[in-house]
Amino acid sequence: MSPHAKPRNERAWFLVLPVCVLVAFNALIPLMTVVNYSVQDIVSPDQRVFVGWEWFKSVLRDPELHAAFGRQVLFSVVVLAIELPLGLSVALCLPRGPGGSTWQASLCTVLIAMPLLVPWNVVGTIWQVFARTDIGLGGAVLTKLGVDYNYALDPVHAWGTVVVMDVWHWTPLVVLLCYAGLRAIPETYYGAAAVDGASRWAVFRYIELPRLSGVLTIGVLLRFMDSFVIYTEPFVLTGGGPGSSTTFLSQHLSTLAVGQFDLGRASAFSLIYFLPILIVCYVFYTLMTREERS
Amino acid sequence: MYWTVPTAVVFVVLGLILAGMTVWELRAPDLARRGWLPILTTRGDRLFLGLVSVAVANLAWTGLTDVSQWGGLAVSVVVFAIVFRWG
Repeated sequence: MSPHAKPRNERAWFLVLPVCVLVAFNALIPLMTVVNYSVQDIVSPDQRVFVGWEWFKSVLRDPELHAAFGRQVLFSVVVLAIELPLGLSVALCLPRGPGGSTWQASLCTVLIAMPLLVPWNVVGTIWQVFARTDIGLGGAVLTKLGVDYNYALDPVHAWGTVVVMDVWHWTPLVVLLCYAGLRAIPETYYGAAAVDGASRWAVFRYIELPRLSGVLTIGVLLRFMDSFVIYTEPFVLTGGGPGSSTTFLSQHLSTLAVGQFDLGRASAFSLIYFLPILIVCYVFYTLMTREERS
Repeated sequence: MYWTVPTAVVFVVLGLILAGMTVWELRAPDLARRGWLPILTTRGDRLFLGLVSVAVANLAWTGLTDVSQWGGLAVSVVVFAIVFRWG
């Protein structure tokens, strides 16, 4: 080694060890367990049979799973289609002081963020009471308006209630993300637009929207992931009914794993369920880092 | 956790692939490039996409055909090679 060469020190790699241990216990060992369960029929701790791909075949050809998958995709698409434009619109309406935050903006963001603080099971309970036609404000108002509303019996009403509940719960997240993105746009951009005589729409289309693409991507990713694994709120609100009209994938999975204790099928289902989430995560990660990559 | 020989083989092979990729990267650092995939990819990206393709190909074979799973494995190996080499 020349006297001017920097000594090479690899000891920093030890700092990664805690993360490795955490990932092993948090992800790797559970994943290995699920993979092992998915290829066996475990009758009892002493009695188990290797069945190969049979559980996967059974799950992939299950019409109930196909229906639950369809409902899940539809739910994710609907809530994303509502929450993103709505969240962006609300964020655009929030006051933005020229030099920093105003007290009105702070008050609005605190009020808007309140649904995010409510635990998921409580959200379900709140909406269960709110949607009742006898004692709930929402249900009673709809009944007074002449709507024969009953979310426990009508699948369309159940769907509408679950979607509105999710919009109420999660649109604030999109609002906060967009508002933070809007606040990060330098005033000089708006100044230049004013000099050019740009309309409000032009400012939104050519300044705000491009500058918000990063936070909107994060918003889509977060909301897609959350909505695709939704469980607690619809479970508390409708219990998956009426019939199975609001039974989404997580609830179908929990019925298999906990209700029927069918661990082989539930494990195969979990691994299949994991795959689209993994793919979507990769796509969004690639989109978010595309500038860095190029 | 009740291990079986096939699942143990899968995880050992995955571990060996990751170890091999690490050694390969240390000896010959890789630059991102563009193949037939519409994005810039590194060797690690193509490995990940190849493994995901293997899973999808095997599941599609299981779900859509009643032919032996060895056929699905053969198809998935070809898919992996295409993604990893030319992706």
